[in-house]
Formats: sequence, C-alpha cells, structure tokens
Amino acid sequence: MVRVDLPSHLRTLAGISGEVRVQVEGVVTPRTVLDALEAAYPMLGGTIREYGSGQRRAFLRFFAGEEDFSHAGMDVVLPDSVARGEEALLVVGAVAGG
Amino acid sequence: MSEVRLLVGTRKGAFVLTADGKREDWEVTGPFFAGWECYHLKGSPVDPQRLYCSQSSSWSGQVMQRSDDGGATWTPVGNKFLYDGVTATHQWYDGTPHPWEFKRVWHLEPSLSCPDTVYAGVEDAAMFRSCDGGNSWVELSGLRTHATAAGWMPGAGGMCLHTILIDPSDEQRMYIAISAAGAFRTDDGGVTWKPINQGLRSSHIPDPDAPVGHCVHRLAMHPTRPGTIFMQKHWDVMRTDNCGDQWTEVSGNLPTDFGFCIDVHAHEPETIYVVPIKSDAEHFPLEGKLQVFRSKSGGNEWEPLTKGLPQKDCYVNVLRDAMCVDKMEDCGVYFGTTGGQVYCSANGGESWKAIVHDLPAVLSVEVQTLS
Repeated sequence: MVRVDLPSHLRTLAGISGEVRVQVEGVVTPRTVLDALEAAYPMLGGTIREYGSGQRRAFLRFFAGEEDFSHAGMDVVLPDSVARGEEALLVVGAVAGG
Repeated sequence: MSEVRLLVGTRKGAFVLTADGKREDWEVTGPFFAGWECYHLKGSPVDPQRLYCSQSSSWSGQVMQRSDDGGATWTPVGNKFLYDGVTATHQWYDGTPHPWEFKRVWHLEPSLSCPDTVYAGVEDAAMFRSCDGGNSWVELSGLRTHATAAGWMPGAGGMCLHTILIDPSDEQRMYIAISAAGAFRTDDGGVTWKPINQGLRSSHIPDPDAPVGHCVHRLAMHPTRPGTIFMQKHWDVMRTDNCGDQWTEVSGNLPTDFGFCIDVHAHEPETIYVVPIKSDAEHFPLEGKLQVFRSKSGGNEWEPLTKGLPQKDCYVNVLRDAMCVDKMEDCGVYFGTTGGQVYCSANGGESWKAIVHDLPAVLSVEVQTLS
C-alpha cells in the first residue's frame, strides 16, 4: 500500500483523518498514486490536479523522501520507499495567503 | 408559522442562519467547509431543502456541494467544469489575447421548475447547467463562443459570470451579466445569446456606448414583471422595461451611483434597494456611513435608510451577491458586508439590526422563506 499525506483541507473534504493508504498497481508515480486516490475518494477529483490538463495544481507540491517531485512530471517513478509504504507521498499546500 | 433561512457565503466558509417569521432571534450554524471560499449558496424554489453551494480555494480549485436537508448535511457533487470544445481567447487587462481558463463558480441559479436542474455562472465567463442535481455539468457554450467574446475583458475581480435571472413566465428566457462584458439574454434556454447593453454608457472604456464591454455588477428582477430588469452597473443604476433592449439611467439623486448589489422588494415591483459605494477606487460607503438607499418609484427618487446601521467609521463593502429579500408579508431585506456583518430589516428597510457581527468577509447572502 502506498501512503499519501494530504493537506488538512483535503482530508476534511474526503472525510478522513491521518494518512491515506491506497493500492497502486504497477509503477508508482504521481499519476498512478492520484489515479488510485481519486478512485477511492472521488471528491478529491480536480483538487490536486486540474481536470483539463491533468497537471498538478499550482499551489500544491509533491514531496517524497525529502525530495521535491513537484516539477518532475506526473510519470516520474517515485522512490522505492514510497512504493513499499515506508514513506508517504506528501501533498503539501504552498504557504500562501499569510 | 413561516420561517426564514439565510444562506451566507464567506471567504472562509458557509453559514446557515434561521429565524421564525419575526426575524428577531437567529440561530447560526456553521462554518460549513471551513477555510474555503464559498462564493454562493442557493436553494431550489421547487424543493427548499435542496441547496447548492460553490466552494473553492486557490490551492484546490472548485468543489461543489449539495444538501438535501436544508443545510444540515452536505455531499460533494460534480466539480468537472470543462469548457465545450476548443477554447479561444478573450482580452487580458492590457488588451492582449488571453486563453479562457476556468477558475471558480461565482453564482448558482436553481431552476424554477426542477430541483435537479441548476445553472452555474463561472470565471472565466461561461454558463454551465446540471440536470442531475449537480453531479455533472455541461457548458451552454453559445455564450462563450458569441461573436463578441474575443473582446470581453475581466473586471477587477476577474472575468466572472455573476448573475443569472430566469424569467418565471418563460424559463427559456434568461438574463446573465458578466464583468466586464455586460448583460446578455437568451430566449432559447441558453443556446443563443444576445448582448443587451443598449443605453449603457461607461466613460472608462474606449467606446462609452459599445455593444459589449460594460462592467455590469448586478441585475435584479421582480417575478411578476420579468420584462423589467434593474441593474447596478460599475457606475450608474439602470432599468429596462423591454427585456433589456433599451436601458435608461435611474441613478437620480443617489449620492454616488457606484455600487455592487441591487434588489427588488418582494411585493412592490417598483421598490428597489441599493447600497451606494464611494467609488471604484474606494470600495466603502461615503463618509463612513453605511446607508441603504430605497426608491419606491423604480429609480430616480431615492431615500436613505440608516436606522440601525453604523453612521460613522464604517468602511466595509457590500458585494454583488450579498443582498436579498424574503417573501414575508413585511418584506425582509438582508445584506452582508466584507466586515462580516449580516444585517436584517424586517420592515422593508425602515430599520436594521445586525444578525451577526463577526463572520468572515461576506460574499453572498440568499434567503429562503419557508412555511
């Protein structure tokens, strides 16, 4: 299972607390993780990546293993530690708005 | 006994305020969707328990919520607002072409006959319709692809479709307004649209009486006179008595005719309300005095209504969707401010009382009259 750590406003929207665990088939990338996440929690559709372009929303960033994957594209392979569930994929809201 | 339910959208969540017909003691519930901007909530006139809410944030975009129990509980519904086909460009602030980009839902207008049908006015300007209770949305693209659309330009708040009025005598006829494109009318349920801006004059645009490009802030209609529409434009209060084919200025003796909101008394089709704002650069009341102005003659002759409103040191704004009227025998008038107050007058504006003082900045206020 892949662990995903969401910002609090998205946890509230999805009605969850703490980390989310999703089953990802095949290669673990931001795209496959988000596909699994949105399948489990349809209300998160469009809130992390844009519907039209499929790209990450501008004010959210992706981190894993203390590495920034925000600009690595949706198909970059995430670290094995994420695939094995040892570390979470962090979806982090940009510090904006004071 | 009748009761009223206020649906209040704010910068940091939504609130539901309820009272009996006296409208003196209020119960406040919320915030719902805390931390999110709630631009607008509105209930179905067919099924008052069916509510829709637009919830958005800069971080996570647009979310739509629906309640089937009058706001006690909410369920996320569809938020996929995809423009129909290839999008073109509109003018950017500097006159250069800018691609159409969806940002948020500004206004929701439930159908007058079907609780599952609801219209959404969005930024960048377009109109969507859902026929399944908000689960899915389809653009009425005849508006966005109108021949004039390449020349539309955003107002300061973005290029938003913020007003939708449905003609109760013919639901195929609707009026919408876009900042800063102007007003448009459809007579065929949203397939085709006609700019209805003749008579508007905006000195801040290159061609002051251009067919499009006017910054219309709000439209209001009395249901018994659907051919008469009142308008608060950027500057100027206007009216039309022929479905928008010709507008006439009715600012009359207003101390300033800049403002955002406008509404019509529930039982007196020629009684209208505005909240004058000092100017487009100074979005607060004149001299720090919060005043509602009422005209009982459909414009031109206005009187200030100030009893119960702060008359010094008040520098709030009242936004375009933040005024409404109930249908009680003594018509209630309500408005919310960017300072977080929601005011109620249970006597048509003669006197006012703050229901709440300290909400987040109020973006919209709608009222339901329940029996």
